[in-house]
Parts: sequence; C-alpha cells; structure tokens
Amino acid sequence: MDLKTILKKLDFMAECRKYGLGFWQCPNSLFLVMGIIIVFAMILTYFIGIRLVDPEVVIATVCVVTIILLVIGHSLVNSFARVAEANRMKSEFVSIVSHQLRTPLSALKWSLDLLRGKRLGEINPKQKEYLDIINDSGIKMIRLVNDLLNVNRIEEGRFVMQAKLFSLNELIEGAVDELKSMASAQKVNLIFKNQKNYEVYVDQEKIRMVIQNLIDNAIKYSKKEGGKVEITVNAEKDKGKTIKVSVEDNGMGIPAMFQKQVFGKFFRGDSLIRQKVEGTGLGLFIARGIVKLSGGDMGFDSTEGVGSNFWFTLPVPDKRKINQNQNNQNNKNNKN
Amino acid sequence: MSKILFVEDEPSLQKTISEVLTQEGYKVIEAADGEEGLKKAKEEKPNLILLDLILPKKDGFEVLKELKADEKLKDIPVIVLTNLEGLGDVEKALSLGATTYLVKANYDLEDVLKTVKSQIKE
Repeated sequence: MDLKTILKKLDFMAECRKYGLGFWQCPNSLFLVMGIIIVFAMILTYFIGIRLVDPEVVIATVCVVTIILLVIGHSLVNSFARVAEANRMKSEFVSIVSHQLRTPLSALKWSLDLLRGKRLGEINPKQKEYLDIINDSGIKMIRLVNDLLNVNRIEEGRFVMQAKLFSLNELIEGAVDELKSMASAQKVNLIFKNQKNYEVYVDQEKIRMVIQNLIDNAIKYSKKEGGKVEITVNAEKDKGKTIKVSVEDNGMGIPAMFQKQVFGKFFRGDSLIRQKVEGTGLGLFIARGIVKLSGGDMGFDSTEGVGSNFWFTLPVPDKRKINQNQNNQNNKNNKN
Repeated sequence: MSKILFVEDEPSLQKTISEVLTQEGYKVIEAADGEEGLKKAKEEKPNLILLDLILPKKDGFEVLKELKADEKLKDIPVIVLTNLEGLGDVEKALSLGATTYLVKANYDLEDVLKTVKSQIKE
C-alpha cells in the first residue's frame, strides 16, 4: 500500500463530509474523541488514585468523567440518527422522482405508439427513423427509472418477493429461447445443457430477471467472432442444500483492477467498454440483491482477454417449510 | 357498442388511451377524479373500467372499494392502470377486486389494448 491509500484510509471524516456533517456531528470523529477521553480518563484516574488515596476525590473524578462520557454518548446517538436521516431522505428523493418521471415517460411512449403504429396516418421512412430514435430513448429512460426504483427497494428492504415452487431448468430454457436471436445476431453460440431438473422455491419473475441479466451480459461482452456462452446447473457438494447456476463465456473478461467494483452501482468498466456496450450498470447490483434476498449468493471468476464465469446459488427447497407456508397463506385467505 | 370508463387525472394519458380505444370501436367515457369516476360509473354502467390509483378527490383504492360494494356495479371488470408500485399496492388492489394491475410505464399502448379486449364484458 502506498502513502496515498494509507492517508485515504486515515481520513475518517470523508464519509461525513459527503453528507454535510461537521466534526461534532460525525460518528467517526466522536468515537475517536470518546476513545481518547476514555484512555485519558483511565490514566488520570490511576495517577489520582496513586497520589490521593482520598476516596472522595476518586469518586468525584469518576463522576465527572462519567458525565463527560454520557454527554459524548448522547451526541454520538444523535449523529447516527442524522446520518440515517440523510440516507432515508436520499432514498425517498430517488423514489419520489422516479415515480414522477413515469407519468411523462408513459405519455411519451404511448404517443409514440400511436404515431409509429400508423394509427394517426402514414409515416414516411425518414419519419419512422427518427420516431424510432425517440422510442429507443424513451425505453432506455423507462428502464433506468425501473432500475433506480429496484435499487432503492433493495437498499431499503422494501423489495417484494413472492416465492413459488418451479423448475429452474424450465426457467433457464425459457430465457435461452428469448435471447437466442440476440445471441446469433452477435455471432454468439448460446448453450444450455439440460441434464438433471432442479426445483426451487423463490420468486420466479425476479430470478428470471437475474438469469436474463447474466446471459445478456455474457452476450454483450463477448468477442466479435466465435463467442460462446454456456449455462450449467449443478447441485453443490454441501449435502444437497444448494443449487448453483453458472454462466460461462469466453469474452472480454474483467480487468483485475475493476473486479472489486463489479457488483457496485453504476459499474460499467472503463470508458472504452462503456462506449462499446450499452447498459445502466445497475443490473448486477440488483441481480445480486435479488439472489441474496432469495437465500443465496452471487460471485464470479474472470480473466481479462479470456472470459468470465458468473455464478449464483439458491437454496434447495425445504418441502416441509413450503407446506407450512401454504397452510398459513390459506388460513389468512380464509379469515378474509 | 361497448362502453369503457377511463378514470385518469393526467390529460395526456387520457388522450392517448381514448384515441386508441375509440379507433377500435369502443365508446370512451372520461373521468378526471375519483368522485367523477364513481358518478359516471353509476350513470353509464360501462362494460369495463380502467382505473388510475393516484386521483384527486377520491383515490383509486376508495373508488374500487365503492364499486365492488355496489350491487349494480360490482361485476364490471376493473383494470388498474397506474404508475404506482409501492410495497403492497398490487396485493391491495387485487384483494379489493381489481382483475388486473398494469404499470403504465411498462406497457405499450397495444398491450393495454390487448388486455382490455381480453377482459371486457360485451
């Protein structure tokens, strides 16, 4: 580690500065001050105890120190509350704005649907060209808004998932079918060897999004010629508790310096990659969030110039728990 | 001719949906708030209701409740057409009696039309 990174790590006030919190409002600095005071108080009390065996003085010192610590503790709690508030306000802002954006975006999309669908008269090829550009931009904006809302929900723990028992293999087959034409357009060979069937008890729609995202990425970041994307499903060697889905490609791979940021928000590689490949950069963040909320995990191995292997795991369904859930659901419905 | 009641407070969305439904041969009745929506539902007895959730005077959930509580109106299919997608909103709308919940931003005009055609009681 060079000097710059060391200094960066020692800058405990960086996070607080981002939220506009001063020294006396920042939890990190308050912790530091509290730590220093505790150590100082201990040393002081020791020396006072040695010098003045008088118990009243010792008690008085301890009381004063305790009061100081209580005051700082109170400030600390307040500063935590302020950081949490700043976070909440940011989330609320993103949520409100995203929802507000949906109305004009819907009006835009539907008006375009009317025009492009020739319901308001014929359009010449040049007009169609530019209407298509507006339409594509509109679709991208709608996707970004949806991604932002999903990221927000995941961060706030408001992401709704409805579990049901379904075949993982069938879901993957469906996704592969949908993406086959996109794959062949980019000269990528999309393979799914369907061997043993695995069932899972998670939100089908959300996991479908995860699989689509991984395959989509693998296709988008593939080589110009001879690209191959292979999906496999296996039971992990952990007494049959987890199922692992792997999406392996022989594409660009991820440079080592970016590998830590892959699951971060808005990660899309360097400017060179950003130019070549479209996307909002939120896909993997959301995908991993979904998998984690489903009781699994997500990871990858990648070598620049060779390819990547993105995998995620899901728990094997516990049939007894599922029956219990179904019974609880039925009881709830009967009560209504 | 089948009648469709469209309760929506945003004029641009009113216009686009009305245009496509009228072209397909439906008579479109417009309402710009919850109270007007209920009033027109009682007066016109439409074959289908398209209902937004965020409305002035009375919100979509309230309107849905009152529609399903009215003997003469409870059998009219209701498609909720909204951009609201909060925790529990879909469940709430469906449990109050809506047959479908569509998020406007995620549906093409033609897809909305398809849903209308599949649910309308002629």
